[in-house]
Parts: sequence; structure tokens; C-alpha cells
Amino acid sequence: MAQVVLKDLNKKFDEVYAVKDVNLHIRDKEFMVLVGPSGCGKSTTLRMVAGLEEITSGEVHIGERLVNDLPPKDRDIAMVFQNYALYPHMTVYDNMAFGLKMRKFPKPEIETRVREAATLLGIQELLKRKPRQLSGGQRQRVAVGRAIVRHPQVFLFDEPLSNLDAKLRVQMRVELKRLHDRLETTVIYVTHDQVEAMTLGDRVVVMKDGLVQQVGEPMELYSKPRNKFVAGFIGSPAMNFIETTISDASGALYAETAGLRVRVPAERTSRLAPYKGQAVTLGIRPEDLQEATGGDPQDLVFEALVEVVEPLGSEILLDTKVGTQTIVARVDPTVSTKHHQKIRLAFVPDRIHFFDNKTEQAIA
Amino acid sequence: MIRSIKTRRQAVLVVCYGVIAVFMVFFLFPPYWMALTSFKTNQEIESLKGIPFLIQQGATLKHYQDLFTKTDFLIYLKNTAIITTLVTILSLVISVLAAYSLSRLGFIGAGILGTGVFLTYLVPDTLLFIPFFKIIGWLGLLNSKWSLLLVFPTAIVPFCTWILIGYFASIPRELDEAALVDGANHLQMLLRIFLPVAVPGLVAATMFAFTISWAGFLYPMAFIFSNEEQLLTVGTVTTLIKGDVYHWGGLMAGALLACLPPVLLYAFLMDYYISGLTSGSTKA
Repeated sequence: MAQVVLKDLNKKFDEVYAVKDVNLHIRDKEFMVLVGPSGCGKSTTLRMVAGLEEITSGEVHIGERLVNDLPPKDRDIAMVFQNYALYPHMTVYDNMAFGLKMRKFPKPEIETRVREAATLLGIQELLKRKPRQLSGGQRQRVAVGRAIVRHPQVFLFDEPLSNLDAKLRVQMRVELKRLHDRLETTVIYVTHDQVEAMTLGDRVVVMKDGLVQQVGEPMELYSKPRNKFVAGFIGSPAMNFIETTISDASGALYAETAGLRVRVPAERTSRLAPYKGQAVTLGIRPEDLQEATGGDPQDLVFEALVEVVEPLGSEILLDTKVGTQTIVARVDPTVSTKHHQKIRLAFVPDRIHFFDNKTEQAIA
Repeated sequence: MIRSIKTRRQAVLVVCYGVIAVFMVFFLFPPYWMALTSFKTNQEIESLKGIPFLIQQGATLKHYQDLFTKTDFLIYLKNTAIITTLVTILSLVISVLAAYSLSRLGFIGAGILGTGVFLTYLVPDTLLFIPFFKIIGWLGLLNSKWSLLLVFPTAIVPFCTWILIGYFASIPRELDEAALVDGANHLQMLLRIFLPVAVPGLVAATMFAFTISWAGFLYPMAFIFSNEEQLLTVGTVTTLIKGDVYHWGGLMAGALLACLPPVLLYAFLMDYYISGLTSGSTKA
């Protein structure tokens, strides 16, 4: 059990920064997820914690120790890799026992721990098999098992579910979460899948181009994205971004574009006032658009042309066109509409986001 | 439609087997001729009558008897076995360490060094044996079989290193990393995880090292003069060719026996060998 602290962490490959000035405090027993598109530096960060990648500058602390110059084996961590990295010439049992053997644990202790982990993961029957005789999901369990027998201070997961099919991935996701609850160990988990990040993480770090974009609890990232990148990355389908201009009329501010005119909620006007006459990006999540009813204030309603209808059962996704912009709305399954029809949609006013066009930071 | 695919497939098979048959004859005729001659009596070998492709005057083991009793064949065999074994082990140890560091440790200049290693293999030994003669002389190892322990690896190590670099590249890096995280140091990881996984590549390298050393002719010819130190290849030839007199029966018997160890090795390790060569070459 230990906290992990990253201080001004940098990694340079040739002249390019893969990781730049990362500062993170991962608390004891926390499930921390690093998420971002490929090449954002999340895996490199993890590998620096593991000791598999040299640190260009900065510090990595595990527990109370500065581990910069420690080899991986002395960091008291365990890692699960995307391609499982099971030892192909060893049985499942030997795969799981290898780390303990290397650390010179007594045989009975090894046996107990391996059996314990195997039971926990439901792979008792597989202990005598070789990795090639296992399915993808079973291999993944063995890889997890190999990590947990060692009772390390920190678990590192590098996209552990990416090689599994969609159904199995959802199942393993739940199991990992349950496992974390039971083992109460600090976890750093890297993924490019924002759903995995949201569902697993106590907190989530969104990264892009080697920089930390935002750190926060999943719902915080969802409801209060700090910039346009986080807003667009978290949530599926992604947030709509609409190019608008801020104008004022009769004491209120409006965000306007062809075919659409929204009144800026009163509590936001002071922050948006300096943008009068300027272009800002309005962000609205598909689920924060609803079919307008008669009761909706007219300055939150707009008319859109339905181009594609995607019924998903529990909801319907509408790809609509307003002026030149495409807007996706996620409406109730009871809404009946067809493509080429017009539909009136209403904003949920307190869910509207605004972003500065130059800095891409949220205006809030 | 289905039928036409089937007949076309059969036609292709016929062509394939035809080509294979031609190659079989081409490659198997020399060993056949070798075996045949070694069992013929001297009279039959020298006779111009009859069909030369068959034994017609009765088979004999005399050439084999003479080989073991009247020549130093057993000494040559022993020398060759010792040298080949040691050369193979030595070359493999060096190659494995070289290939591992070149392919995995990623130090500056590793790429250039890797290419350089391969280029040294391209220098023919017919060029090298003259300077080597000087060096061996300085070391006082002329006319000693141990000189071969130094010169054979110069040809074997570069190529084996190159084969192994290719094979190692096909082993996922995560495997070593997992072992390192699991608590192994570099040597433990190499011995317990990496090399067991690399067995096909190691087999390919072993076969190569064994063959080169076993069949080496030029270096023993140049550096070794006495029978006690001589190897199989040169020894057989110098003993059984006296001036312009060729003892064909003995020569062929010796050659056939000399072929056996490599053939047996290949037969046992063939499957490994092929997978080692191919996976090495596609990923290199």
C-alpha cells in the first residue's frame, strides 16, 4: 500500500517531449486512470513509474521512496501488459509463481499464494496449462494473477483489456473493479478508452501531447471539463461544438450562429461579457439536448433538420443539421421522427459549455 | 466449377512434385555415389565394365576397416568433435550476448554496429587466412588444433549474431519487461525467460555453427600440419590422396562417415531449424 507521487516528470525521445512536466499525486489505495489518445504519453508515464523507461528529468516516489534510480524489481510494483506477456514455455502455475521464486519465497508460501490468486480469479483448473492453450480472457486473468500473487505496493495496468472482445472487456472491467475493492492496493491504469477510464477510475487523468489536461473524478471531468479537448474526449457520443458569436440585446447575452440563437444563462453573463462581438465555441452534449415542448423558453430552442436516425433501444441518436453545422442529439425513444424531417430541440441551459477559441479553455 | 478447381490443383501438385523430384535426384545423387563407391571393391571401382551406378561384384566393408585400422581417422574424428563442440558453444555464448545487447539494450550506435557485424561475415576466409596465419604464429598456436578455436568463431559469430538479432526481434519486448518487473535481473531474465523462448533461433544458430566448424577445410589445411592435430576434412583427404593416387573407396567411406553427425543433427532439429530461420528473416 503506498501513494505514488510524480514531480515535474519529463521524458524526451530525441528532441520531442513524450511526457512534459507531469505532476500527479496518486493516493494510497486509489484507482487512478491515465487516459488519452495514442501518443499522449500515458504509457510512457506508466513505464517510468515501472522503471522500464529512463526518466529524462523529474522525480518518481513510491511510498516514501524516491525510485528514479531503482531497477523495476526493487520498486515493489507489478505490471499487467496489453499483450499479457505470459511466459510461453511455462505453465500457468509457473507463470504466477515466477516473481515469488525470483524473490526466494519458500515453496509452501508460493503454493498458497498462487492457489489463493487462482481461486480469486477463477482459474484454478488452468494451473497446469500452457498459455497457448488458453483463451484471451483466460490469459488476461493469468496476467492479473501473476501481478496479484506478489502483493505489491502498486499495480500498473497498461491497456490490459484492449486485446479482448467487447463483451469480455465489459465483464473484465467489472471484475477488475471488484478486485481493486478487495485488494485495496494503489492502481495506475492506462487506457485509451474513455468508458473504461470513467467506469474504473476513482480519479482520471486526461493527457494529450505529453501534457496533463485535467485531473479529476469521472463525473467532474464530465460535467466540468476544463478545456475543449477534455470536453470532446470524455463522453460518448462526443460533445457537440458549435461556432457562435456573442451578441447582446435588451440586457441579455446571446450565442448566435446561422439557424440558432441561444440566450446565455444569467449566471454566465459576467464571464462571457468580455467576449461580446467575438467568436466562441459553444459545447453541448447530445444528452443535454431534448425535444422541445411548448413550455421551453423560445431562446433555448432551435429547429434542426434530421439527417440520420440511430435508434439504440433505450435512446435515439439524431444526427441533425443546423445551418452548416452538424449537431447530434440523444433523445428519448418515444420521440418519433424520420430523416429529412424537422425537429425542434431545446438546450438544457445549465449544461451549456463555452470555450475560448484561442486558448480552448473553458469559460466558466 | 468445383471440379475445375480440383483438376487445376492436381496439375499444380504434379508440377510441384516433378520439380521436387528433379531436385531430389540432383542433391541425393552425390551421397548415393559416395555410399556406392565406399562399398565397392577396388577392382570394381577401377573397372570400366558394367554399370557404374550399381554394385555388381559384391559389397565390401574393407574400406571402412582400413579407415579405422590403417589411418588416423579416429584421431581426426575425435579432434573434429572436440573442436566443433567447443567452437559451437563458444560462438553461441558470444553471439547470444552480442545479439541480445544489440537488439534489446538500444545503446547509441547499436544499429551501425549490428550492420558492421554482418559485414565482417562477408569477408571471405580465403582472404583472411593469410593474416590469420601471422596472428596464429605470433600466438604460438601453429600446428595446434586449438588455433581453430580462435579462427572458426570469426566466421561463425557474425552470422549467428545476425540470425539471433532477427529472431530476438520477434520476441515481444513485454516478455523481458514482465520478467524484470517480476523481480529478475538481466541475467536471470536472459537465462530463464528469454533464451527458453528463443530456442528455435538458438537451434538455427547452433546448426550453422556446427556445420561451419565441422566442414571447415581451409583453416585446418593452412594452420595444421601434423596428423595428431588434424581434423576430419583435411585429414581424410591428405591421408587418402597420395600424390596423384586417389583411394576412392576410403575417401568415400570417410566422407560418408563425416557426413553422419550433421545429418543426424539436422534430422532431429529440422522443425526447429526452419521456424528459426523463417521467423528470424521476416522480422529482421
